[in-house]
Amino acid sequence: MLQVEHLTRRYGKVTAVDDLSFEISDDGVYGFLGPNGAGKSTTMNIMTGCLSATSGTVRISGYDIYEQPKEAKRRIGYLPEQPPLYLGETPAEYLRFVGEAKGLRGDALRREIEDAIEETGIGEMRSRRIDALSKGYRQRVGIAQALLGEPEIVILDEPTVGLDPLQILEIRSLISALGRSRTVLISSHILSEVQTMCSKILIIAHGKLVAFDAPEKLEERLAAPGEITITAETDAQRARALVEALPGVAGITVRADGPDRSQLAVASGTEDIYALSQAIFQTFASSGCALCELGVKKPSLEDIFLELTEGGETA
Amino acid sequence: MSAIFTHELRSYFHSLTAWVFAAFLLCFVGIGAMMYNIQAAVSNFEYVLSLSSLAFVVIAPILAMRVLAEERRQKTDQLLYALPVSTTEVILGKYAALLVLYLVPLAIIAVYPLIFARFGEVYLPTSYGSLFAFFLLGAALLAVGVFISSLTDNQGLAAGIGIAVILFNYYSVSLSEYMSSSALGSVIALVAISCAAGLLLKLLTGNGTLGYWTGFGLSAASIALYNLDREALEGLLPEIMSALSLFERFYVFVNGVFDVKAVVFDLSVIGFFLFLSVQSLEKRRYN
Repeated sequence: MLQVEHLTRRYGKVTAVDDLSFEISDDGVYGFLGPNGAGKSTTMNIMTGCLSATSGTVRISGYDIYEQPKEAKRRIGYLPEQPPLYLGETPAEYLRFVGEAKGLRGDALRREIEDAIEETGIGEMRSRRIDALSKGYRQRVGIAQALLGEPEIVILDEPTVGLDPLQILEIRSLISALGRSRTVLISSHILSEVQTMCSKILIIAHGKLVAFDAPEKLEERLAAPGEITITAETDAQRARALVEALPGVAGITVRADGPDRSQLAVASGTEDIYALSQAIFQTFASSGCALCELGVKKPSLEDIFLELTEGGETA
Repeated sequence: MSAIFTHELRSYFHSLTAWVFAAFLLCFVGIGAMMYNIQAAVSNFEYVLSLSSLAFVVIAPILAMRVLAEERRQKTDQLLYALPVSTTEVILGKYAALLVLYLVPLAIIAVYPLIFARFGEVYLPTSYGSLFAFFLLGAALLAVGVFISSLTDNQGLAAGIGIAVILFNYYSVSLSEYMSSSALGSVIALVAISCAAGLLLKLLTGNGTLGYWTGFGLSAASIALYNLDREALEGLLPEIMSALSLFERFYVFVNGVFDVKAVVFDLSVIGFFLFLSVQSLEKRRYN
């Protein structure tokens, strides 16, 4: 459905997208995740034909975006970061123009406009001028235009930027609904947003693809074993001596030390962090040393994201 | 292309643009007709058009300034790039809408010679020939305006540059009389034009090497010609200035001559500036 092969885009000496390759072939919501300036918008602009690539190819259902632009673009719906709206028009007028430009006419045009209006929930606003609409509704109008022409792929660049929390929830639920019947690719630098909506995540950093998988698989594949925090009713030296001997301990850091109480962070060197926490508990109990706190911290997707985007790993 | 055309046309007639433009042109031509044809009882309607051509200095840039600059300012140009429509279709659609907008007041103006013919002798072939040339003149100036609009996202700047360019074209024949007709003056002008062409090429293609080398090559050729055959360059600068005048070619029609060369020249100007506008839009995709 969407094939990106060895895509590179340079601005002078700066490489915004660096030999990016991936393929999306199933319906669902895909997240395009990366820190600001990672090359997300540049990649999306190239995929939709708004920007040229220095090298590489983008194919939409087999059609090259540069060789067969009309065929390729008929299969894409695109909402740039700033919705491209004619503010003096009503949503109905605006959608009519976009529909006509996508080659729709007559009943097909009317039906598709009605469907898009219904799907995005802008029915009540259809006859108001766009400049009188709230930011959330403008975003919906932008999404509605992207849905016209029954595109196989809908590409949304940072669709929730600048919205208030309620509007963000509304747009997220709309995107999730869209992903049930088509392929939706959304870009974001907010991890939680991508995590809640997307079936698969592409992580991009410095223009390179560093990971492409389902969120849970990324956690399984890339997560470090984690850390156990303990607070014990003893000094740090004794607590350290009790923990050190246990198998699966990768390292110990003393966070606080006192004659009656100390706090340690134990880095796990084993996949089964709960087995290690059980062993620590039993060791302290059998030695008669009270444990005030025993906390297991597994690395989140956010930790993985930070590690991937700050490091240089590639998928 | 038809979607772009109808969208543009709709937006002109939904806003005040179309009505203000039509009112301004009708008012200008109306005052001219009242002065010449009614008060002075002159039967030549073409003189009215000749007087009214000055209005293009203001109306053509103001009408064309928003065509592409506004799309860029509102970021709706991204929508146009993402739609299954080529940049040539975008430019042609927008330009065709401008022409239709321009034809509406012209259709009303076209009735004036018939009205005057009922009260006296009006030579209709010259009147309608001039009206045709008036249409071509406006169409060519609108094409220039569309190109200038494609260079910036600032409508005011686009209008300002447009007014300066059209004003220069309007007075180019008068100004040419003050220009040096010596070979040295001509070669200096040719070098300046070569440099401007090189800069324009750089602006449109984003390729500095190509632009600079083109400017350098043309300048070198001009200087070489100056050294080889100075007589060929004598009087060239005033000739170039006169030859580039769109208004001067329009006045040929007003004088009762249907000049096919002028028609071809106007059509060439339209084609050239629309081509440059397409290149300007395409260039943004590459930068």
